[in-house]
Amino acid sequence: MIEARGLARRYGDKVAVDDLSFTVQPGRVTGFLGPNGAGKTTTMRMILGLDRPTAGSVTVNGKPFAELYSAMREVGALLDAKAVHGGRSAYKHLLCLAQTNSIPRSRVDEVIGIVGLEDVARKRSKGFSLGMSQRLGIAAALLGDPDVLMFDEPVNGLDPEGIRWIRLLMRSLAAEGRTVFVSSHLMSEMENTADHLIVIGRGKLIADCPIAEFTADGTALATTVKTPDDQRLAGVVTAAGGALDRGEADELTVRGLSAEEVGQLALTNGILLHYLAPARVSLEEAFMELTADSVEYQAKTGVQK
Amino acid sequence: MTTASIPVTPARIRAVPAAAKRPGLPGTLRSELTKILSVRSTYWTLLAQAVAAIAWAAIACAGTVSHGIGPGFNAAQVSLTGQVALGELIIVVLGALVITSEYSTGMIRTSLGVMPRRSVLYSAKAMVFAAVTFTVSLVTSFTAFFVGQAILSSKHYNTTLGAPGVLRAVLLSAAIVTVFGLLAYGTGAIIRHSAGAITSILGVIFLIPALAQALPNSWFADVVRWLPGGQALMPIASSARSVSNHLFSAWGEFAVFSGYAAVLLAIGAWLFIRRDA
Repeated sequence: MIEARGLARRYGDKVAVDDLSFTVQPGRVTGFLGPNGAGKTTTMRMILGLDRPTAGSVTVNGKPFAELYSAMREVGALLDAKAVHGGRSAYKHLLCLAQTNSIPRSRVDEVIGIVGLEDVARKRSKGFSLGMSQRLGIAAALLGDPDVLMFDEPVNGLDPEGIRWIRLLMRSLAAEGRTVFVSSHLMSEMENTADHLIVIGRGKLIADCPIAEFTADGTALATTVKTPDDQRLAGVVTAAGGALDRGEADELTVRGLSAEEVGQLALTNGILLHYLAPARVSLEEAFMELTADSVEYQAKTGVQK
Repeated sequence: MTTASIPVTPARIRAVPAAAKRPGLPGTLRSELTKILSVRSTYWTLLAQAVAAIAWAAIACAGTVSHGIGPGFNAAQVSLTGQVALGELIIVVLGALVITSEYSTGMIRTSLGVMPRRSVLYSAKAMVFAAVTFTVSLVTSFTAFFVGQAILSSKHYNTTLGAPGVLRAVLLSAAIVTVFGLLAYGTGAIIRHSAGAITSILGVIFLIPALAQALPNSWFADVVRWLPGGQALMPIASSARSVSNHLFSAWGEFAVFSGYAAVLLAIGAWLFIRRDA
């Protein structure tokens, strides 16, 4: 379990993390989402004690990271897959990490097998592809068989097979009862992976809820309808507090009302519907909506040609 | 349906044994030994140091044999000057790299992620580097001495380990290299940048004694014993009781440089523990 309480970090005048409080529970994958520059990496660095909080505190299993009895047996982290000495072989890299916490050599061989790096374990990691480096980083995180695992943007730059592998691994780690905390700036990556989401923007907490709730809340609710009588439907929908957009191919998108409500309105007002379906707003869309105000470097609208 | 070529296996096959004690210095020393012995820069720098020290001993002693000895000749000093003066310049590269490479590669974040007790990591790294350097320097120091004496023996200029002050000169010549290495380690921890750290140390070692030459003679005579590199190293390589009355004794000069190293190591430690990694 990871608990942040009023966590804050400033670099000079720049606020990277601002009064952040959240709890990451065991037994599920918790996605840590936010646009680039939202403060995700800084938060993870503070969890590991690499950066000192300006205010507040963060604990892992009830203690600050540096005070854990055996850090590797409690927390495994992959912040940056390239944060290894490229001149050292994968095996020696893992061995030197294991030795700090008196983890036996047999476990080093074991994690190399788990991530499938047997063939290159004796090679210098300088020549590793990003995917291989990610596997090496994950092997390092697993060395101590920890309860808490933390991954910063683990699928960045991976091929689809690598992404799928990491996704399955995270799910299986959570199923084993571990705390899995994984950051991403892409909502789509979380869609099939996370059970719970913590969303931040400009260092502030925006949402902390189960992934299902994220799309079901009011702002994201939408219904797709087709009707020959656009004008009247628009009238009754607006009167009932909904909003209506013209979609593709004669479709209309109603926001702010459920499919049941739209159907009832149409029946009551005698409007013929050809089609009625709840539009599952994608997580991506919901995420964009939530973080729109907090994107640090917002792209200018209008593309220069 | 696609099948991933790497199957997802459970992350635990056999349980990892619990820690008998809180992880600390012993494990971190083993880890740092694995680290220093698993990168090529260690072997290159130590080999360069050995070759330079031994080759210099051979050249200087052969020169002495062909040109004859002058006043102030000291058989130990001729064979050990290369070890002290060249070894010092080469070892600072390794001393700095041992710590700056952690920053340049990003490895420091991984290292502190497994051993968050920073004072343990900092001291283990320094101790392992010092032990490896001192071991290799002892071998090169003795080898340079014996090679040099073998060459000097053709004119019977040679001395033996049993003669007064000779064993001290051989041992201190190995130790001073280690001291300069630790000085570089401290500087590396302060600057955290390989090229920056190495350049500043070499700059200080080369420039300060050179600039000091511009001082009036009497001033120079007063400060030379405190200057890193150059003449102040000579009493360390010599078996004589006193090399010059402007310089301290062998132990005195050794203490001066050890003092510099201690100050830099302490500042480095303070910053290593306090700063964001």
